[in-house]
Amino acid sequence: MSAPILRMEAVERHYESAGQRIRVLGPVDLELARGEFVAIMGPSGAGKSTLLGLAGALDRPDGGAVFLDGQKLWGLRGDELAALRRRKVGYVFQDLNLVEGLTALENTRLPLELDGLARRKADPVALAALERVGLGELAHRFPEELSGGERQRVAIARAFVGPRELLLADEPTGALDSLAGETVMRHLRTACDGGKSALLVTHDARHAAWADRVLHLVDGRFAHDNASVGGR
Amino acid sequence: MGRIAPLGPAADPVGNTGYAYRATPAMSVRHSLLALLAEEPRHGYGLKAQFERSTAGTWPLNVGQVYTTLARLERDGLAEPTDPDGDASGARQSWRITDLGREALGRWFEEPVALDPPARDELAIKVLLAIAADAESVGPILVRQRAAALERMAELTRHKAKADPMRELPWVLVLDALLLKLEAEVRWLDLVAARLAARGQR
Ligand SMILES: Nc1ncnc2c1ncn2[C@@H]1O[C@H](COP(=O)(O)OP(=O)(O)OP(=O)(O)O)[C@@H](O)[C@H]1O
Ligand SMILES: [Mg+2]
Repeated sequence: MSAPILRMEAVERHYESAGQRIRVLGPVDLELARGEFVAIMGPSGAGKSTLLGLAGALDRPDGGAVFLDGQKLWGLRGDELAALRRRKVGYVFQDLNLVEGLTALENTRLPLELDGLARRKADPVALAALERVGLGELAHRFPEELSGGERQRVAIARAFVGPRELLLADEPTGALDSLAGETVMRHLRTACDGGKSALLVTHDARHAAWADRVLHLVDGRFAHDNASVGGR
Repeated sequence: MGRIAPLGPAADPVGNTGYAYRATPAMSVRHSLLALLAEEPRHGYGLKAQFERSTAGTWPLNVGQVYTTLARLERDGLAEPTDPDGDASGARQSWRITDLGREALGRWFEEPVALDPPARDELAIKVLLAIAADAESVGPILVRQRAAALERMAELTRHKAKADPMRELPWVLVLDALLLKLEAEVRWLDLVAARLAARGQR
């Protein structure tokens, strides 16, 4: 048995605000098996994005521990952590973060180049990723020449490109219409059926319904009666 | 989720595990059969089979119902047997739409379906009564209902994942409709929870 791709143990996150220490998350436990697709729902401010940042080693917990592919985070050297993050995790942020000066294709190709792949080899892989989200035609457009939903799909293609095993997506479908959103969910589902794992934050129950499990986060804690919709 | 009933593995022309809207009396078998006759003349059995195919097996008809409806359409001058000398009730008889039938059908398609939400939705009543009795007690009801709705949505989504949206369009469209109804329910439950929480914070 290989280690779960993600394990969070009694993870907590606090923020200082006006001299007060406020707990915005935790303690929460979460385990994501390989091939598993988990959706997280919950009201605004519940701590969903905070949880995703901690899961993806972008933010450091101030209680508990996070393990990525069996490796304990934050005990590692900075460069080791960065390398682990880059090799293992694909992100789609709530606020996208496409690089403005790069085309859709160049944005999508970026993680592959960081992996050390030559452009000549990276280009067809990146193009295929864009085609899967229906953007093959727009590969040479710059972000400012794309609609909000199209930019969102570029971000998704970029997160999916290459060998990353864990996909973290924060409201990736907010700007998409029903059919485009479903295309992205089918894509996530297929990726997970093929052995990748995904953690999806969404307000849309129709999207959560593609997951193996739906967790409900309220005030920084999982509701005790988390709806397990497993069965795949 | 009281408005959606599984039909079980009933006879199903598209080979899906059928889920059905509980057929309401207001839904018109009459107009549906007229619509099929408008394409081409058909026999009773052909009508039944094509109706079930077009509606993705969500509404099985029995052939008796088809013949009764055809008799009424004939009585009202909307359809007629193609062979006036043949046995009108016989299985070999085929039927066609009349001009009057085409007019009636045109009016049916032109008129928007009445979109009255159910006046007495069991879930809404249950939640409202629970709030009236004790707002604190509503939480578990919302959570259970939400979980049940999500579970059903996951099940319907598994059917959708397997379906081919090109070849099985009617079935996929039915699943879309059911999923959107359930989603509306989940959103409403979340809104109830949020409003109660906002009230509690004041
Ligand atoms: N840097 C910060 N400093 C102080 N508080 C913060 C900081 N970042 C987030 N918070 C607070 O932490 C809580 C959780 O935020 P988070 O972004 O995780 O919510 P969310 O569940 O993703 O909400 P949404 O659905 O609106 O995106 C919020 O109350 C937020 O105000
Ligand atoms: Mg967020």
